[in-house]
Amino acid sequence: MRLRQGLRWLALAIVLCAAGYWLAAGANRGWTKTTRDRIEKDPITEITFPVRENHFSPGIDVVAGAFFVAGVLAISSLFASRKNNT
Amino acid sequence: MKATIAILGLALIAGGAISAPITFDFKDPKGVNNIVFKTDAPLESINGTGNGISGTVAFDPQNPAATAGKIVLQTSSLHVGNPMMKEHLHGGMWMDVKKYPEISFELGSLKNVKTAGDVTTADALGKLTMKGVTREITTPVKITFLKDKLKARSMKAGDLLVLRSSFTVKRSDYGINASQGEDKVSNDIEISLSVAGSAPRDS
Repeated sequence: MRLRQGLRWLALAIVLCAAGYWLAAGANRGWTKTTRDRIEKDPITEITFPVRENHFSPGIDVVAGAFFVAGVLAISSLFASRKNNT
Repeated sequence: MKATIAILGLALIAGGAISAPITFDFKDPKGVNNIVFKTDAPLESINGTGNGISGTVAFDPQNPAATAGKIVLQTSSLHVGNPMMKEHLHGGMWMDVKKYPEISFELGSLKNVKTAGDVTTADALGKLTMKGVTREITTPVKITFLKDKLKARSMKAGDLLVLRSSFTVKRSDYGINASQGEDKVSNDIEISLSVAGSAPRDS
């Protein structure tokens, strides 16, 4: 019983943490990015150009992965429950 | 009579020196020169950049229509924010950077040339080579001649030339993963080019 509940709480925590992290990091609806471009302007030529920076921006793949792991844990909890009951 | 011929000769030489084209080098140690590309497909919008630019352009301020030259982009400098996507972009199915290390545009001629002050706009006719395929394209171009501005940038006397252009190419025209459907990567690739070349001179 304790294992079943533990797995479910863990699944919920993973979903909430992943969703919260994704929202807090800017809710990037594309794929995860490890760099971002800061746009600067050359004062002489007036060319705008990207300056690359290392920056981790979780995308929907991170959220989907977290939901998948949470789903596996939640389903596992059902089997744990059966084992405990028999 | 001899004096008149000599004066005429000097005038022609002087005139030739003034109107001689200036050769600008587009290798850019500051990393300002760049291209931005965008594909907008129903399922996915992808933005990327490239900054490995080189090439030379000969520009005559007295005769902008005679502008000629070639701009080259190192294909390996193409970048997107997602590492796996970048790996695919550089791979054999897409840009195949090992086999085709350069994308180039060779300017053939300028049409519809309009000059106002230091700014010239025109339609540039030239050959775009991508992934081993060369095609004639016409693209609008804005050329800005910045006389004596190099010193402000690199402490050397000389001029700067800024080229800007935005155009669209079809990846299927260049054999860029033509079999890939257009739901994730559109066939149209929007490209914006912003580059500056320098022409130092002995002061």
